[in-house]
Amino acid sequence: MNATDRAVRVRGLRKRYGGDAAVRGIDLEIAQGEVFALLGPNGAGKTTTVEILEGYRDRDGGEVSVLGVDPRRASRAWRARIGIVLQLAADAPELTVAEMAEHFAGFYPSPRRPAEVIDLVGLTDRARSRIHTLSGGQLRRLDVALGLIGGPELLFLDEPTTGFDPAARRAFWEVIRALSGGGVTVLLTTHYLDEAAALADRVAVIRDGVIVAEGPPGALPGHRAGEAVVSWQDRGGTRRERTAEPTRLITGLAARYGGEVPGLTVTRPSLEDIYLDLIGGRQ
Amino acid sequence: MTAATSAANTNAGTASAMRGSQPPLPGAWRVGLSRGQVELKSFFRERQSVAFNFAMPAVMLVLLGTIFRGQHTGQGVTIGDLYVAGLIGGGVMATSYQNLGVSIAFERERFTLKRLRGTPMPASAYFAGKIIQVFTAATAEVAVLLAVGVAMYHLRLPASPAAWWTFAWVFVLGVAACSLLGIAASSLPRSAARNGVAVVTLPFIVLQFISGVYVPFTLVPPWLRDVASVFPLEWMCRGMRSVFVPQAVSLEPSHSWQHGQTALVLTAWIVAGLVLCLKTFRWQERTAR
Repeated sequence: MNATDRAVRVRGLRKRYGGDAAVRGIDLEIAQGEVFALLGPNGAGKTTTVEILEGYRDRDGGEVSVLGVDPRRASRAWRARIGIVLQLAADAPELTVAEMAEHFAGFYPSPRRPAEVIDLVGLTDRARSRIHTLSGGQLRRLDVALGLIGGPELLFLDEPTTGFDPAARRAFWEVIRALSGGGVTVLLTTHYLDEAAALADRVAVIRDGVIVAEGPPGALPGHRAGEAVVSWQDRGGTRRERTAEPTRLITGLAARYGGEVPGLTVTRPSLEDIYLDLIGGRQ
Repeated sequence: MTAATSAANTNAGTASAMRGSQPPLPGAWRVGLSRGQVELKSFFRERQSVAFNFAMPAVMLVLLGTIFRGQHTGQGVTIGDLYVAGLIGGGVMATSYQNLGVSIAFERERFTLKRLRGTPMPASAYFAGKIIQVFTAATAEVAVLLAVGVAMYHLRLPASPAAWWTFAWVFVLGVAACSLLGIAASSLPRSAARNGVAVVTLPFIVLQFISGVYVPFTLVPPWLRDVASVFPLEWMCRGMRSVFVPQAVSLEPSHSWQHGQTALVLTAWIVAGLVLCLKTFRWQERTAR
């Protein structure tokens, strides 16, 4: 991809808090229209990295370009092109959903229609309700609506579906897919690996302030092609075996049991298995 | 890159092509007025801010005036007269200092400020919204207190333009000084939810006792009055007495209203408050990471 296709470009990013290095040399490239997920345990440097990209924090070293601008020199015009959904912002409890959306729309040069954005996140029937009467999941959807109201080219989503019920999460994923289909770049941080697997074109795993793995969710290092976990019931209980040749193993088992293998399952290692390997003991 | 990504790139290309003809950013004044509207709605819809910042001074005026009804201090001044003037000073500080100190501490803790900072809203528009809210609330507060004074204590409103001019500058300087101090005080509490109200309100309550709001100034010991006269509230109350209880001048220690000094002290606090705000105001809490 050439330079203009990049929504985000980071080279050698560093940040210390006192004597503590939070980010120790991160490189990132996110293409326009891509959904990119940043994964990692708490304290790994995820939030610090994202807040530097959002223009909330200064850095100690490295180059950062977000939509072609260094966030250190964040201008109003640049802010109008990005949307930020923070982890939790429970403000203006006495305003209604519609009032809040209309108010935020007034900050931007060419906002989306408030009613349309409220509809997009499924809050139309609560538009006239005071914000303090919303449920946790509805509040979160309002946060997302306010992040979208300016019609951003790049959307930052920090743990967007925390507190959602499963149906609301699926509905939210559809919203993100629709945005991405419309050309919006999305930088997502999440604890839910199924969410990253479902939404992201690429994921990066941060650990101790560096990126330890990066790639499409189905092709991270450690995701050896064709490898599977086979499990079945034995006299001693459940047996599990990780193998690159599952068919050969099952053929052997079928011969041993003379037909059906009791309790047979064959699974591919999930993103979660690989993630846990990556942030676990080995690097 | 995959086919899906390059399809998305095409869409992004049209998005950036449209950007060339994008309308200009909304002006700071327009955004500021919109902030003011939202601030006023929030203030007057919230029971807590209406009860603590707005209704409290009027309730105190009714209560204290009733308890000390008919008592005189001599020179044709009733205790009720002194309470009207004193509570106007206290009410102005409640709707500016206490209101901003507590509400901004909560806005910082609940990420309201952080979220606003992440939008193209100009910082000046945020403060313009606060100015609109505080001046509206303080004006309404004075109107309510004057109405109570006229209805309950036969307060006579001054007729001379000179008196109203004095009222106007004492009011504006007092609101400005107390607002800036409130914004600065909002950075003090470590946690708005746990001790924000106490940290911001405690000094204000002490000042109200020694500056002639809850206790008529004639009953405050001279050394405590000297302490009070370091802070703006005592001068605001004195200025309000000069407007609404002019006959009380002979009760003043210096037998004069000291208008020049009042303007000087309040202006000094505006300068000090501004410096404090510039040094301490933060859009987000200082956290390790």
